[in-house]
Amino acid sequence: MNILCAGINHRTAHLDVRERFAVRESEMAEVLGRLRSIDGVSGVVMLSTCNRVELYASSLCPLRALEGFRDILSERTGLEAPLYHLVNPEAVRHLFRVASGLDSMVIGETEILGQVKRAYSVAAEAGAATRSLHRLFQHAFRVAKSVRTETQITSGPTSVGSVAVELAGKIFGSLEGRRAMILGAGEISERTARSLQSRGVRSLIVSNRTYERAALLAAEIGGMALHFDHWEKACADVDILISSTNAPHAILTPEKILPLLRLRRGVPLFVIDLAVPRDADPAINQLDGVFLYDIDSLEQIASQSLDIRRQEVIRCESLIEEHVGGFLSWLKSVPGGGRAASSIS
Amino acid sequence: MERIALLASTLCYLFSFGHTLFELGAERFRPGRFNFLTMALGMAAQGWYLSMRGAAEHACPLGTLSETLIFLGWSMALLYLAVGPAYRLSLMGAFTAPLVLLLQIVALLLPQKPTMVHSHQSAWVETHAALSLVAFGAFGLGAVAGLMFLVQEGELKSQRPAPIFHYLPPIHILSEATLQILWAGFILLTCSFASGLYAHLMVAGGKLFFSILIWLLYLVVLVGAQRGLITGRRFALAAAGNFIVALLLLPVIQHLSRQ
Repeated sequence: MNILCAGINHRTAHLDVRERFAVRESEMAEVLGRLRSIDGVSGVVMLSTCNRVELYASSLCPLRALEGFRDILSERTGLEAPLYHLVNPEAVRHLFRVASGLDSMVIGETEILGQVKRAYSVAAEAGAATRSLHRLFQHAFRVAKSVRTETQITSGPTSVGSVAVELAGKIFGSLEGRRAMILGAGEISERTARSLQSRGVRSLIVSNRTYERAALLAAEIGGMALHFDHWEKACADVDILISSTNAPHAILTPEKILPLLRLRRGVPLFVIDLAVPRDADPAINQLDGVFLYDIDSLEQIASQSLDIRRQEVIRCESLIEEHVGGFLSWLKSVPGGGRAASSIS
Repeated sequence: MERIALLASTLCYLFSFGHTLFELGAERFRPGRFNFLTMALGMAAQGWYLSMRGAAEHACPLGTLSETLIFLGWSMALLYLAVGPAYRLSLMGAFTAPLVLLLQIVALLLPQKPTMVHSHQSAWVETHAALSLVAFGAFGLGAVAGLMFLVQEGELKSQRPAPIFHYLPPIHILSEATLQILWAGFILLTCSFASGLYAHLMVAGGKLFFSILIWLLYLVVLVGAQRGLITGRRFALAAAGNFIVALLLLPVIQHLSRQ
């Protein structure tokens, strides 16, 4: 038995192409059924995410499986699929790398593991996974766990939104019940606010020079719109202030912030300044209980985290290599498992 | 045997501290079980030493400054082992170990006096002395939490946080922990005073003044923090500063107690 991996991902195909080949979960059972009907294919698991569409198959003849997969994709989309394909050690290594987040667009991201688990579970429920695929995916989950716990591949946040969330967490602990205010209804501040919402920030106030825009954004994110003239009064009650106005000068100055701090009774204020030119006077960071981060400092932290993750890749690869060897030894011990792969070129 | 117990506990704290320095140097610090384990072993060895001294003296082993410092270190380690996991204060052991190690080294360097067998003292007097030192242990741990707050706050303010930032707890949690630990220490100190009064301990002059001074210093800081009158940074500074004052006054109070 051979393990075949074939598909497209963010490295080989643009989003325009990937979205054409994506398989929705509602269609998955039918597609899995068709894939299993390919001559020589005994089991299949299909992974379809925004960054990849991949088939993992146990097959006596990987060449036929690959051609069948290509035909099914072409039939569905009317396009020739630019598939890559890997067999046995490479296919196993690839799945282990994918599950560990090493093959992701953002190295070390953990969402992919959940997606791989879901893909496996859908295939298992549809009865499409064979013994070798069960074993392969269970092994992949163990590898991903081991990579995450034994290395720093998931270390630190890697986007402006996640950096803001981590910093807010390091100031307030749980963000449950914390209040945030957005000054200026920009796209990055909206994304940052959404990241904070995902971690428990419930009360969101949106204030913009154009009230209608504030109202629109507030409606989208489930917040409350506020006239720009009133933001200073409301500011005393918020814990996180995200600012991205188009003001030509600093609107958050020590003179404005200091009186607010007196009303806050020692509760810190986290100011996220995403505006260029900056909305916050850097001097407010010197005030007791105020933590100011501008777009540069947030991006620098994200970039540091990515550097750490890149440095960890070698350790991860070596861990994965041990597991690939382990899985292949098992595969060889299974009757029919040691057969060499058909040549695919 | 006493010396062996003392050296064993010192080595445990030294290992704990050394391990922290090594991990921090490698910028790969992950709060692990090593600190907790070495601190637990160090505290057990200190407990062994104190029990031997107690058996020899027929009293709570606080006869010399050296014993007092070891008892204080033991209290701090004990409270860390109890409080650390409860608050999930990762790295607290890394900050506590050097302080306990310092107390232990000072205790080892102090001249050892011959054992004095005490006549039977009132249990309330013994309770008074022991509770005072456990309260000081809580103040020490509060100072450690305050110090951790200052480090984490400094990292947050720097806008370029070092790797340790990821492993230190949030400043809000540290502030809460400092407040609760200091309240615990303050209540223990008050209980210690109450047990001294109950035992009709005659306290006057310098000892009374310094004891009340420490009690008042903590009361002012705690009320200020509880009511939100001081910022987290000032509270952390006060927790560390008050402990330094208390630690400096400890030998004076002990000297006055013997008079």
